[in-house]
Amino acid sequence: MPEIRVTPLGAGQDVGRSCILVSIGGKNVMLDCGMHMGFNDDRRFPDFSYITRNGRLTDFLDCVIISHFHLDHCGALPYFSEMVGYDGPIYMTHPTQAICPILLEDYRKIAVDKKGEANFFTSQMIKDCMKKVVAVRLHQTVQVDEELQIKAYYAGHVLGAAMFQIKVGSESVVYTGDYNMTPDRHLGAAWIDKCRPNLLITESTYATTIRDSKRCRERDFLKKVHETVERGGKVLIPVFALGRAQELCILLETFWERMNLKAPIYFSTGLTEKANHYYKLFITWTNQKIRKTFVQRNMFEFKHIKAFDRAFADNPGPMVVFATPGMLHAGQSLQIFRKWAGNEKNMVIMPGYCVQGTVGHKILSGQRKLEMEGRQVLEIRMQVEYMSFSAHADAKGIMQLVGQAEPESVLLVHGEAKKMEFLKQKIEQEFRVNCYMPANGETVTLPTSPSIPVGISLGLLKREMAQGLLPDAKKPRLLHGTLIMKDSNFRLVSSEQALKELGLAEHQLRFTCRVHLHDSRKEQETAMRVYSHLKSLLKDHCVQHLPDGSVTVESILIQAAAHSEDPGTKVLLVSWTYQDEELGSYLTSLLKKGLPPAPSGGS
Amino acid sequence: MKLYCLSGHPTLPCNVLKFKSTTIMLDCGLDMTSTLNFLPLPLVQSPRLSNLPGWSLKDGNVFLDKELKECSGHVFVDSVPEFCLPETELIDLSTVDVILISNYHCMMALPYITEHTGFTGTVYATEPTVQIGRLLMEELVNFIERVPKAQSASVWKNKDVQRLLPSPLKDAVEVSTWRRCYSLQEVNSALSKIQLVGYSQKIELFGAVQVTPLSSGYALGSSNWIIQSHYEKVSYVSGSSLLTTHPQPMDQASLKNSDVLVLTGLTQIPTANPDGMVGEFFSSLALTVRNGGNVLVPCYPSGVIYDLLECLYQYIDSAGLSSIPFYFISPVANSSLEFSQIFAEWLCHNKQAKVYLPEPPFPHAELIQTNKLKHYPSIHGDFSNDFRQPCVVFTGHPSLRFGDVVHFMELWGKSSLNTVIFTEPDFSYLEALAPYQPLAMKCIYCPIDTRLNFIQVSKLLKEVQPLHVVCPEQYTQPPPAQAHRMDLMIDCQPPPMSYRRAEVLALPFKRRYEKIEIMPELADSLVPMEIKPGISLATVSAVLHTKDNKHVLQPPPRPAPPAGGKKRKRVNDDIPDCKVLKPLLSGSIPVEQFVQTLEKHGFSDIKVEDTSKGHIVLLQEAETLIQIEEDSTHIICDNDEMLRVRLRDLVLKFLQKF
Repeated sequence: MPEIRVTPLGAGQDVGRSCILVSIGGKNVMLDCGMHMGFNDDRRFPDFSYITRNGRLTDFLDCVIISHFHLDHCGALPYFSEMVGYDGPIYMTHPTQAICPILLEDYRKIAVDKKGEANFFTSQMIKDCMKKVVAVRLHQTVQVDEELQIKAYYAGHVLGAAMFQIKVGSESVVYTGDYNMTPDRHLGAAWIDKCRPNLLITESTYATTIRDSKRCRERDFLKKVHETVERGGKVLIPVFALGRAQELCILLETFWERMNLKAPIYFSTGLTEKANHYYKLFITWTNQKIRKTFVQRNMFEFKHIKAFDRAFADNPGPMVVFATPGMLHAGQSLQIFRKWAGNEKNMVIMPGYCVQGTVGHKILSGQRKLEMEGRQVLEIRMQVEYMSFSAHADAKGIMQLVGQAEPESVLLVHGEAKKMEFLKQKIEQEFRVNCYMPANGETVTLPTSPSIPVGISLGLLKREMAQGLLPDAKKPRLLHGTLIMKDSNFRLVSSEQALKELGLAEHQLRFTCRVHLHDSRKEQETAMRVYSHLKSLLKDHCVQHLPDGSVTVESILIQAAAHSEDPGTKVLLVSWTYQDEELGSYLTSLLKKGLPPAPSGGS
Repeated sequence: MKLYCLSGHPTLPCNVLKFKSTTIMLDCGLDMTSTLNFLPLPLVQSPRLSNLPGWSLKDGNVFLDKELKECSGHVFVDSVPEFCLPETELIDLSTVDVILISNYHCMMALPYITEHTGFTGTVYATEPTVQIGRLLMEELVNFIERVPKAQSASVWKNKDVQRLLPSPLKDAVEVSTWRRCYSLQEVNSALSKIQLVGYSQKIELFGAVQVTPLSSGYALGSSNWIIQSHYEKVSYVSGSSLLTTHPQPMDQASLKNSDVLVLTGLTQIPTANPDGMVGEFFSSLALTVRNGGNVLVPCYPSGVIYDLLECLYQYIDSAGLSSIPFYFISPVANSSLEFSQIFAEWLCHNKQAKVYLPEPPFPHAELIQTNKLKHYPSIHGDFSNDFRQPCVVFTGHPSLRFGDVVHFMELWGKSSLNTVIFTEPDFSYLEALAPYQPLAMKCIYCPIDTRLNFIQVSKLLKEVQPLHVVCPEQYTQPPPAQAHRMDLMIDCQPPPMSYRRAEVLALPFKRRYEKIEIMPELADSLVPMEIKPGISLATVSAVLHTKDNKHVLQPPPRPAPPAGGKKRKRVNDDIPDCKVLKPLLSGSIPVEQFVQTLEKHGFSDIKVEDTSKGHIVLLQEAETLIQIEEDSTHIICDNDEMLRVRLRDLVLKFLQKF
């Protein structure tokens, strides 16, 4: 029995280090290859020994697919390909291919230069890894090999994010990566056609949340920023360089313009300036409105937002600073946070999800005293706000996507177990499909029953379809033919054609049964009686009395003959071919019962 | 399977393919060479043009001199220019299901088709094709609409009048179907019917046919199309290039194994090498400018101009041209330059790599930043303030009949210091210049046509091996001007089928198979047996379901459980359905073995007689006779069903079922 097997190596009942193994139609595909922000030890990368204990990665995997450039989806890639060793193809979209190596390099720098980690991947490894990447376009059908094909769909979420359909024969799996179902200020909404996969693997970050309207959240955000700036406070917005940062910049830029505000807005340097440039060049990946107007006004050229210098953090007076990274786990955002945390006039706004173990997660869960490196304790007096701007689908959005794709079953990843449980029930109830939520290392097996495509000869098909149009289509009609299987070429042809093609002659098998009847009249009269008897009984059949005295029912021939010894007995010879056996044998048994008495003049 | 040929222009094709149950229009080209018969539309009142003498028939017909003007021995229609539309009568265009567009030059007739024929289908094109196609249409509409002309000439089109006119008016075809330009509203409505597609995207049409665009290497987003079902494949090749310019390289491999390859859009200048032309272009340009003259380059707002600007970027300093202003004038100049920078995914590898840095893929961004290249929507406004001479102007339209180019022709035509350099291959430069004669200005003809030439075509055809090639008739003979050049035509075996305007071709297709799916439950029940080494057979009896052009075979319904009890059934219930087919049989019966088998199964008193064709086996006790011949067996017995069935099964042991 064919089956689809799914094993998360990461992101199983967890957010971080997304990495899901899928076996479908004899092919093995790895979906994403991420790192975990909450760990600094071995657990930060997926456990590839799950594969390597049985052999080399390249031998096992047919391809790797990266859904988008966030590090929890691609952060382990150089480790995976260059240190563990994988030489097969890695698929991702063009924007992901462009941006991914920059984020990887940034990640490497923080890990090696700032934290002094040894045995980390090198810059050269990132370059070598990216050489294995094959870029894909939206909706392009990429033939990985003769049987395996993949196709990318728009996912929103961040620039270049994609959902992927993985297909072998008639079996398919869709992996969503991260997605959002509502367009925001810079990206469009995820979209997929009714592709009816056997399995939909979806993220479930916001499995239990149903968020209020985007407008309300935006208004709320602007109000909080505005109030803080008005009272002379500083606003820190930790962001990832690409994604929310651009959305919030557009939001603040237009607000500043409209309200004629003067407080400076800064963007932490390096990555983010470059990031805006990527958005300009890949503007076809942004939302409809931005694409339409970019010639007149490019939304990613900001007037009010200036590059940040670390010295600015100590400037007096209000300011707004976007700083990386987004979960306050390292880098510039954390440095600024430590400087500003003590002042209750200031505010930190967390616009996205924070993984457990990060400073972001700690302050959001209400901690007001943080133990920093060197036993130092940081007291938080600044206001801490959380605004869900991260572009993940909420429960409603996930249900919407399930409805769009119409999968036969659903598998949840990239979420917390408790919340998944709730969503799983909801999906099972609403769509009446199985929903799975395996933990890391746990395998889900789905039996599938793919249909088998064959070529049917047009003659046979047309003959059948023409007859299918006849009015007596009450009874299901049977198509009869011969399947010729040569290598992997399967053809269904009519039996006659099969014989002909194989150079074989038909062997005709014919039966003739003698049925004895008591009837002293002439043979012709007996035949006539047989004819009227059958004609009255077999209304749906073609019963004919031929000029030579014989009777036919369809292609069955009945002849009456005299008995050689007994003049009071006639012999009916009923003759039919093997193909008409049922009717032939039915007729003989019918005739054996004798004919009804002649209406008149019988002796 | 038929091909309806609606356009006679080999590079501006418009064909309709009937394939299985679908009607597919391939491209929607607009033949604009008709405009060469008209007087130019000047942006600024031109005394020269308005004072041209009227032209009359010798018999003194007075009506014509208002419509026709004479200039240096050529006669022109003084009217709003008109275009030659694809044939609209050959096939009911409201039955067209989809239109496939291959590149932005081949969609210019779209509004005429989608807005005026009852068309209700979908148009498929790539995003760059649509965006740049929109720019070309907007430019065209703008050129025509900003110079309103009251007069619309029609008398000359009268057949009796037309045949009295001098060439080329006399020979102009289908003049009665020539139409004025569409409006912006019609453009928007037409473009709203387009659905965007990407290379290698498989698009299902009604479950019957799949269409796929492939990169054709000619222009941003330009595509060839594969139209296929599971067993038939048509490749539509239109405007392809193997040269390395800015677009993504041509995808040749996917064209393999075509039953029919429709080949259109080859180079219009097969004798000119594009690289050589670019070299000549720059040397003429530099020479003119150094001598203090101006250079006029009539061009489209997108396409080769990107490559010319790129060469310019590399050339400008070394040629000492850095102080010369370069102007690009078009209502869509800015949009075209901006759009070219955002289609990274449609560009060649080198340009893609630049975007990853991230840097703009085309260096004209830098030319603009450093003020070496300036662009303006028209000669009015800012341009008149900035205008410095000598300079180089890129502007449209290449027909020289409308657009800002008309102004520069009038302005610079009288001085031999100036040069007009023709780079676009769509219009004969001599005809384009005719209404400006006599001219003192130098004319250089450097047509840059990167589309396939005949050497490349023959290589391509050898590579992809289509069973049949279909092409416009122009490609099956050498060009009229070079009748001895037998190398300037398509050479393939079997020879190509050619078409001309308003012809219908029956494509040489023999459809033999159709895809059908066998449901897994049915597949499990099949019993294959090996007939010959490597060939297995299984007889299939199944129920056929057809929905949305997809066929599925399901297992036959289980026979209804036998009615319980001894209740008498009505006679009719027992009558078997004669439509239940039994398999055919094949093989032969070896008599000796058959007799042995009979004996093993308890038959005795068996006698075998030889006949001319075989044998007769007599079972005397059972009064049964079995005639066995090479290809037939006949069992003649009493009405004893048990016996008959026993004998049947013994016979069947020796035969194979089909």
